[in-house]
Amino acid sequence: MCVALPGIVEKIEDNNVIVDFSGNKVRAFGGFCKLAPGDRVLVHAGCVLQVVSQSEAEELESILKDIDVIGGGTPVRDVRSFADEAAGAVL
Amino acid sequence: MTIDEVKDALAGYDGRELTLMEVCGSHTRAIAEYGIPGILSPKIRLLSGPGCPVCVTPSSYIDRLLEIGRQPGHVITTFGDLMRVPGSDSSLSEAKSEGVRVDMVYSPMQVVTMAAEEPEKTFVFAAVGFETTIPVYAALVDCIIKKDIRNIRLLLSLKTMPKVIAHLMEGGAAIDGFLAPGHVSVVTGANAFRPLAETYGIPFVVGGFEAKELLLAIYDLVRLQGQGVVKNDYPSVVTAEGNPAASELCDTYFTPADALWRGMGTIPGSGLLLKKEYRRLDMGSDALLSDHKKNAACICGQVLMGKKLPGECPLFAKACTPEHPQGACMVSGEGSCRAYFVYQR
Ligand code: SF4
Repeated sequence: MCVALPGIVEKIEDNNVIVDFSGNKVRAFGGFCKLAPGDRVLVHAGCVLQVVSQSEAEELESILKDIDVIGGGTPVRDVRSFADEAAGAVL
Repeated sequence: MTIDEVKDALAGYDGRELTLMEVCGSHTRAIAEYGIPGILSPKIRLLSGPGCPVCVTPSSYIDRLLEIGRQPGHVITTFGDLMRVPGSDSSLSEAKSEGVRVDMVYSPMQVVTMAAEEPEKTFVFAAVGFETTIPVYAALVDCIIKKDIRNIRLLLSLKTMPKVIAHLMEGGAAIDGFLAPGHVSVVTGANAFRPLAETYGIPFVVGGFEAKELLLAIYDLVRLQGQGVVKNDYPSVVTAEGNPAASELCDTYFTPADALWRGMGTIPGSGLLLKKEYRRLDMGSDALLSDHKKNAACICGQVLMGKKLPGECPLFAKACTPEHPQGACMVSGEGSCRAYFVYQR
């Protein structure tokens, strides 16, 4: 039930937006985010919850890079040894 | 590091035995669908927690919806997920086939148009969900109040994630880390899990829903074991603070309340009700205090709390199948029993 899907904002009319999901156009509530046409957004139950800030591939790359910096590629079985270094990467 | 190295590291992990829990129905489904448990070292155990909103909705909620739907002039509106959830005697789907009007929608906001088209009817939205969906209900209430719409009401079964996680931990669950729910965190922000991480000294990692994203989040949970920290592995949509506009609108209309969880009992402060000044829009959500099992042998509650696996239920894949569900965990596509059954997790 908590599924949310990414789409592209096509048109904005007050709090209502038209979001394009690969050609499928759906009306959604857009009142929770500052939106502009062309924005990639995450939509749940007909409501825009967030503007997507980077692509999945970019995201994956940045996290993997982050792990490299923290763990230096250390195998996970040695994980306890780099626990302190990891602290810098958390929120 | 490459994703293949992450995979190898998770397969070869030979440290302390770890039990990790996901608390999001979409994670449960995705983990099963991608066959992730099969990739992990036997020393990493993944459990499904109470993250499927449909699965934790008590039978009295369904009973009350049916009672309302049988009153003349009332229309129940709901997401499709709720249709087959068993009440004490019947489900919405069974009632619909007997003539009760139950209309499925993809968004609660559709009800505004439906109500305008049939002003003589009262439309009751079955508002079930966690923090991901609660802002959408807040937007609906906002619209009802501002446009003074007289023929839309709600029956609420709204639950909040941090409270149920605290309840599990206080109950002695031996969990070494939580895969924090991705879409709940879009609204609450990853920081919502920080007090829990610090209190229980375990990591919370917010993860996405693709196979690679899940593997990364699990890797981080293993890597950060024993540390009371929060890490955000889904930064394209999750921020530390979430969506403040959505949270603010929720705070305008809803207030914390005790909530009954199917099979788990009442957890203080784990739900939301409309504030007193808006309670006139409610159809009796505060009085839903009983939970009746369709089949006395169903162990949904223990499955939801990570105490038992679906396969340990005597009814699993025998009397209880997706075609003939005996408990809510087999109904929803995001329920643990359903995921174990369909994907042989
Ligand atoms: S297999 Fe069916 S009866 Fe058993 S716990 Fe799961 S939903 Fe309940």
